[in-house]
Amino acid sequence: MTQPLIHTHKLSCERDERMLFTDLELTLHAGEAIHLAGSNGSGKTTLLRILADLNHDFTGEFSWQGKLVQHSPMAHEDYRLNMFYLGHSPGISRALTPLQNLTWFCALQGIDSENEEQILEVLRIQGLAGYENLPCYQLSAGQQRRVSLARLFLTNARLWLLDEPFTALDKQAVKELEAKVSTFVRGGGSVVLTTHHELRLDCPLRELNLDHPAQTLHEFAEEGR
Amino acid sequence: MSRNDRLFHPILATLQRELLLGLRNPGAVLNPLFFFVIATSLFPLGGSANPEWLGSIAPGVIWVMALLSVMLSMESLFRNDFEDGSLEVLLLSPQPLYFHVLMKVVGHWLLSGLPIAVLSPLLAYMLALPTVGYYPLIYGLLLGTPTLSLIGAIGTALTVGIGRSGLLLAVIVLPLCIPVLVFGAGLVETALVGLPVRGIASVMGAMLVGAVIGAPLAISAALRISVN
Repeated sequence: MTQPLIHTHKLSCERDERMLFTDLELTLHAGEAIHLAGSNGSGKTTLLRILADLNHDFTGEFSWQGKLVQHSPMAHEDYRLNMFYLGHSPGISRALTPLQNLTWFCALQGIDSENEEQILEVLRIQGLAGYENLPCYQLSAGQQRRVSLARLFLTNARLWLLDEPFTALDKQAVKELEAKVSTFVRGGGSVVLTTHHELRLDCPLRELNLDHPAQTLHEFAEEGR
Repeated sequence: MSRNDRLFHPILATLQRELLLGLRNPGAVLNPLFFFVIATSLFPLGGSANPEWLGSIAPGVIWVMALLSVMLSMESLFRNDFEDGSLEVLLLSPQPLYFHVLMKVVGHWLLSGLPIAVLSPLLAYMLALPTVGYYPLIYGLLLGTPTLSLIGAIGTALTVGIGRSGLLLAVIVLPLCIPVLVFGAGLVETALVGLPVRGIASVMGAMLVGAVIGAPLAISAALRISVN
């Protein structure tokens, strides 16, 4: 059996004296996607933020390729290079242009800096040709979302954590994003995503429902083996 | 890419981004400077136009206004990045957060503290500061304002998650800034009475070095708590 990319052990999180989930055992291999389902407030975003190493209010542990992320600086750096997190907020500055935003993102991710051509190409794919040099506050909500999602085409990460990626997108863009995620997973990438939209992915997909964790989690851990 | 490139390229990109953000939002950069100039110029109007009296209060007035102006500009350091999620991108970057926040503060200082130091001779002239005090005033501000920015950034990072925090920020940060104020104004006063200023300048330099080393650690930790 190959080593899982992500493994959580006895992960529990409490918020305002309410347990969001207890003893969560989640295993994610390369080439797999997990859909986190559950009603509003069931802890989907919290779980994603824990996995993204942004939220530290939890007990238990999670490891990246067999190494505990919290305790090893090397695993930490490796994890950050290989993980892409898309949160509720777009992660792009409204005062800057799409090109400036993405150039900064590429520089942080250590993606070759001579890639202005590549960024322009990605913006073209996202239907933003002609908008490269406009400040993002002049773009519509959907267009800003597309700039944010353009990062998926640039990052070299092997794990994507996507929180409601389909918000504000039109039907065509939703299809394109689903295709992008499917291609990524079939090519050996891994995705954990939340959405209330009905997913049509052409790749291995499991669903983890945080509303009934007690029963499903054990079945879920079994499936993952 | 070599290991050095892997560190320097990203942090320079953060510095460049900070400067671009400043240029894109000139109001946030210019308002504290206008405040500095206007508030200082009220003293001859509200007090007395007697040059001797003005000259004697000039070091203190200019330094207090510089301090308040830096605090006024700090509010915007992390606010927008926090709201649009760029701060999360920064926290998740593979490089140490230490260097990124240091670059953000450097970029911010280039657009706030540095112009204050450049404008200060103008105000010193208006307040009839004796000529011998000009150089100590300028290099005192050059040594002191970066320290103020670094200390202010700690408070900004702590309060970024709780909305409008002007007064809270002042309560947290102003007491920590008092040593810089005392030594900065003291540097000019000492020069005015003709005593050597090297000792005081060294202390200010030491405070700056300490702030450069220590403050980014505190800022990083505060940001992680605020985003948590």
